[in-house]
Amino acid sequence: MLYNEPSPLETRVLTRRFGMANSAAIDTYLATDGYQAFVKAAGMKPEQVIEEVKVSNLRGRGGAGFPAGMKWSFVPRTSSKPKYIVVNADESEPGTCKDRVLMENDPHQLIEGALIAGFAVDAHAGYIYIRGEYRYLIEIMDRAIAEAYAKGWLGKNIQGTGFDFDLYTHTGAGAYECGEESALLESLEGKRGIPRIRPPFPAVVGAFQCPTVLNNVETYCAVPAILRDGGAAYAALGVPKAGGTKMTCLTGHVNKPGVYELRLGFPVKQMIEEVGGGIRNGKKLKALIPGGSSCPVLTAEECEGATMDYDSMALRKTMLGSGGVIIMDEDTCMVKAALRIMRFYAHESCGWCIPCREGTTWLRKILQRFHDGGGVREDIGLIGDIAKNMLGRTFCPLGDAAAMPTISIVEKFRQEFEDHLHGKPCPYEHAPEAVGV
Amino acid sequence: MTFSPQLEARFEKLLQSYPPGRQRSAMIPMLLYGQDEVGCVSDELIDEVARRVGVTPLQVNEVLSYYSMLHRKPLGKYHVQICTNISCLLHDGDKLWEHACKKLGIGHKQVTEDGRFSLEEVECIGACSWAPAVQVNYDFHHFVKPEELDRLLDGLREKP
Repeated sequence: MLYNEPSPLETRVLTRRFGMANSAAIDTYLATDGYQAFVKAAGMKPEQVIEEVKVSNLRGRGGAGFPAGMKWSFVPRTSSKPKYIVVNADESEPGTCKDRVLMENDPHQLIEGALIAGFAVDAHAGYIYIRGEYRYLIEIMDRAIAEAYAKGWLGKNIQGTGFDFDLYTHTGAGAYECGEESALLESLEGKRGIPRIRPPFPAVVGAFQCPTVLNNVETYCAVPAILRDGGAAYAALGVPKAGGTKMTCLTGHVNKPGVYELRLGFPVKQMIEEVGGGIRNGKKLKALIPGGSSCPVLTAEECEGATMDYDSMALRKTMLGSGGVIIMDEDTCMVKAALRIMRFYAHESCGWCIPCREGTTWLRKILQRFHDGGGVREDIGLIGDIAKNMLGRTFCPLGDAAAMPTISIVEKFRQEFEDHLHGKPCPYEHAPEAVGV
Repeated sequence: MTFSPQLEARFEKLLQSYPPGRQRSAMIPMLLYGQDEVGCVSDELIDEVARRVGVTPLQVNEVLSYYSMLHRKPLGKYHVQICTNISCLLHDGDKLWEHACKKLGIGHKQVTEDGRFSLEEVECIGACSWAPAVQVNYDFHHFVKPEELDRLLDGLREKP
């Protein structure tokens, strides 16, 4: 089921079956070239499959943007240990709701992507780690997996290729941190989701201490199209250093929020105005977070000329991230936004390393004090100081994820913090026309 | 401890889903599915899961306290979860939360006297483009305005 109308500006590769009758059923999938990419891959050498993924310029879609083909090539194929495929379906980055629609509307595309990855690295088992809140998706994936077994697309000697592959779903139980790859692997092993120190990386020591390919749902979902149409064709859809499309979640103050598949390099302004139908109530854009709440915020001016791809965002000192775009209009109180984001990270910090555990809690308290009217001028500098001292000093990226948006909000919207000083009422909450935050 | 045949079948499948000697992997799924049937992660459930996956009850306790969806005390029949994270906040998720507290007369992680409802302010549930979002048990509700929440809760209150 689709929760928003598609846009004519979408480039439909991963979403090409969306809207078809019974799009999640294996018969629909098979009738629309489904599992043919695996057949093609199985006729190639595994190294050629990896090469095709490299040619496609597919980069990890979970947030880090690491080249997928390169990640696969790090797996020691000749290792005597079993190898595993792990699908990160722990989607929990605030602003992100794309893996949900991919699994709900085309679960076989994900299965086929995982299957091809398994063939490429000589893995014979895979796990789809789905966040606990997505119970209905576990049911959808379990049903699709059962269909794939029944029709011989999973299991022993798949379609006479001699390749065996088993796939399982695994439920999380509520923890943002488990979306981080090494914490996810700990959780998959029945432990607390505490991140592991790296190196070694999962490609060498991953699930059950064995070599593992771990990618996001959307990354695996792109693989069948890459094998079917060729890596070069997929690469051509995007920008020079990043191929294909990005599932983009428009959230916040736009007229048509929704999940849209846009080619990489899509202009930010056109995305807001034409895909998203513009800022609601005729208001102006104040700020935009391009890829989930962990990314530094962009001002309206910085959005001019920006495009939705890794390099354009890096140039503006932020990230494409997970594709969760958070759009804030001119009436948004940035102190309140910063506070809510920090409340989240303080809640989700696993507590393993001190800069993250203490830093997020201190920042939450200071921002709360600010918001409640108790802020003093020194606090503005203190927020930046604490956040900068978290950067790069934690085991996993959660500390950075908490610090980066905070630093950018304080630097770019300092005046709003000044406006809250010494018990002054929040100028936005008390504005007569205030809507939203 | 006895479970329904469906849950037994699920446990059986889970225990066979992981490599030999790695049955501990089934622990968290077993606790969550077990909680859905038992009503919470009871002492008895902890002992049973520990026995089946081959760890001590203490090891189960250590793990379960990390996960926000595992509860040691029973929730309401309908566990109402309201997201107030940034994308929902931009659509007045915080006001929806206050409205729900007032409507049900309970606060965060509290249960109504009749045991019908419990309430939780949750972090992002992955419905950001369809905000504000609410989850009742495992069911998603999108674009929820206060009056729609009223209708939803009134309907659940009268449900047999």
